[in-house]
Amino acid sequence: MAESADDAVSVQMISPEGRFEPNPAAEEFLPYVERLDEELLRRFYRDMVLARRVDTEAGHLQRQGQLALWPPLLGQEAAQVGSGHATRPQDTIFPAYREHAVAMIRGVDPVDIIRTMRGLTHGGWIPAEHGNFHLYTLVIGSQTLHATGYAMGIGLDAVRQDDPEKDEAVLVYFGDGATSQGDTNEALIWAASYQTPQVFFLQNNHWAISVPVSRQSRTPLVRRAAGFGLRATRVDGNDVLASYAVSAKQLDDARAGRGPGFIEAMTYRLGAHTTSDDPTRYRGADELAAWEARDPILRYRHHLEAQALADAAYFAEVEQEAADLAADLRARTLALGPPSLDVLFDNVYAEEHPVPREQKRWLQEYEAGFGEAR
Amino acid sequence: MTTTTDASAPATTAGTTTWTMAKALNKGMEAALAADDRVLLMGEDIGPLGGVFRVTEGLSARFGENRVLDTPLAESGIVGTAIGLAMRGYRPVCEIQFDGFIYPAFDQITSQLAKITARHEGSARFPVVIRVPYGGHIGAVEHHQESPEAYFAHTPGLRLVSPSTPNDAYWMIQQAIASDDPVMFFEPKSRYWPKGEVDLTTPAVPLHTSRVVRGGTDATLVGHGAMVSVLLQAAEVAQREGTSLEVVDLRSLSPIDYGPLLKSVEKTGRLIVAQEAPGFASLGSEIAATVAERAFFALQAPVLRVSGFDAPFPPAKLESVYLPDADRVLDAVDRALDY
Repeated sequence: MAESADDAVSVQMISPEGRFEPNPAAEEFLPYVERLDEELLRRFYRDMVLARRVDTEAGHLQRQGQLALWPPLLGQEAAQVGSGHATRPQDTIFPAYREHAVAMIRGVDPVDIIRTMRGLTHGGWIPAEHGNFHLYTLVIGSQTLHATGYAMGIGLDAVRQDDPEKDEAVLVYFGDGATSQGDTNEALIWAASYQTPQVFFLQNNHWAISVPVSRQSRTPLVRRAAGFGLRATRVDGNDVLASYAVSAKQLDDARAGRGPGFIEAMTYRLGAHTTSDDPTRYRGADELAAWEARDPILRYRHHLEAQALADAAYFAEVEQEAADLAADLRARTLALGPPSLDVLFDNVYAEEHPVPREQKRWLQEYEAGFGEAR
Repeated sequence: MTTTTDASAPATTAGTTTWTMAKALNKGMEAALAADDRVLLMGEDIGPLGGVFRVTEGLSARFGENRVLDTPLAESGIVGTAIGLAMRGYRPVCEIQFDGFIYPAFDQITSQLAKITARHEGSARFPVVIRVPYGGHIGAVEHHQESPEAYFAHTPGLRLVSPSTPNDAYWMIQQAIASDDPVMFFEPKSRYWPKGEVDLTTPAVPLHTSRVVRGGTDATLVGHGAMVSVLLQAAEVAQREGTSLEVVDLRSLSPIDYGPLLKSVEKTGRLIVAQEAPGFASLGSEIAATVAERAFFALQAPVLRVSGFDAPFPPAKLESVYLPDADRVLDAVDRALDY
């Protein structure tokens, strides 16, 4: 029988029931879990809850006509929070468009993501001022090449300045659908060829809109990495500790000059691809129910409770913080004004260019021609 | 702008020399590499081989493999990683080996690079140069003789230029590399080998300027790249027949510097636009429409286009039929004068 895309062992620290039971594959990553202090362990929980609450609120705002679209992260919180917390401040992150939890960890205000989905901007934030978290990229897989070029630049910089304290890595996110794109494959080739300090983080959420991962691959995607010459690990992406530990080790290896790495995080998109999608048309209730039983937040909460790392008061506090964050996000979303007409023209080019200059002047005169009537 | 001297080239007069366009490009890039260590060259076979046209010859030996990068063989990868390198502060100069090989990079050029400055809302700049040897006249096989510039001229966010002489090539490549915007640099590969005088001292005219390269009074001819030499040849023939043709070298394809062109049309009243590319939805179409809008009352005849036919670039034995030559240009001149 042909193998399927699901046939491979994942690193797991916490069982789906919430027991701390590292499997054999997890052994080499255990030191990364053991070094975590209690505050950070609780922070993982908090960040997953906050991200889910922001995600839910944004979905509501879309349904109420306030956003054009929202791509939900529901179900992928552990993969994102674990990997996001494995980065260091000097690292650079290239997201696809669903990495809202990572964005928040790196200091992006969720209202700035909202602004892109509300039709106010194609950018949203300044990466250099927001944790080196780059802009969302909607053409599937395109960002993998930008990430790889950036990582090549880190490597070229090191030729002139070799300071271990400043070691940097790049973390690039993409999905199972993106593994079929030429750009993603080219990025893997480039990364191996130039031995870039970067980690490819594949969130295998099992669905590329309506197409199952079995259409993208007949072999576990993690195994493809070996063909390109990359270190690779498959991890239970609904296990935040495992996601953290595997990412932290891979990033350490990348920073230390051991070349690029590849992580396949096995997770599941519990919601729709975006608010324009209807998953009931292509996937069964049984499959959904099976993955709902592996909810990453609930699993981790059980773990925190079992280890006495957090109590009811803490969980209530996080719930309140999430509710406040959502209310604030809603209020600030509703207060967003229309974009300036300058958005059309002002940054098409970095340097003076006659065409946007003349068309901007023309539009201003045209608009002014309507006087008060408009 | 740093200038270089080449001991191996005989200097004709102080501060000038005689180079082929290939050599002028090479020396221009050498100057840019020497002036700014953030400048990188990247592409297929551009290292020890010096590129399939030898335009980068000797540069990897001088600057090393970390400045002149022989990349894996994938055009999207070249442009996509160049974008990432620009984010890191580098100024990559990509070589696409042949015009017809650029399409695998189309998304990275038109959807990513062209829009990325606007998406960053002024917070980042993307000084990426994409060099494209283009055009016919070299008798090559399929996909090696095309003129794809209109696809990119249609895309806001890109700048496009094309030199027609070694002197322009030397200066324009340095100006393109110095630009903080993405620049597509179309090199007329049939003009790589004729020699011309290069002035190493005189500051060049700005990158995005067109220029009258031959004065005349009866009609205006405009073109870019290799077509400029065809137009000059046509003007020479016409001169012998008593017709005075003015020739404008476009140099910049986006933006187009209409000033010299409109001034010329005001004088001659007739305009012929020539290009190797197919005429439908082409640069020539754009120029014809704009001149009709801005100089309608100066025109004594419709603007005429002389283009490649609206058919795939043919097998090489038919290229002389496909590509506009001086006779086809003069046929259009006759029609304009007879109008």
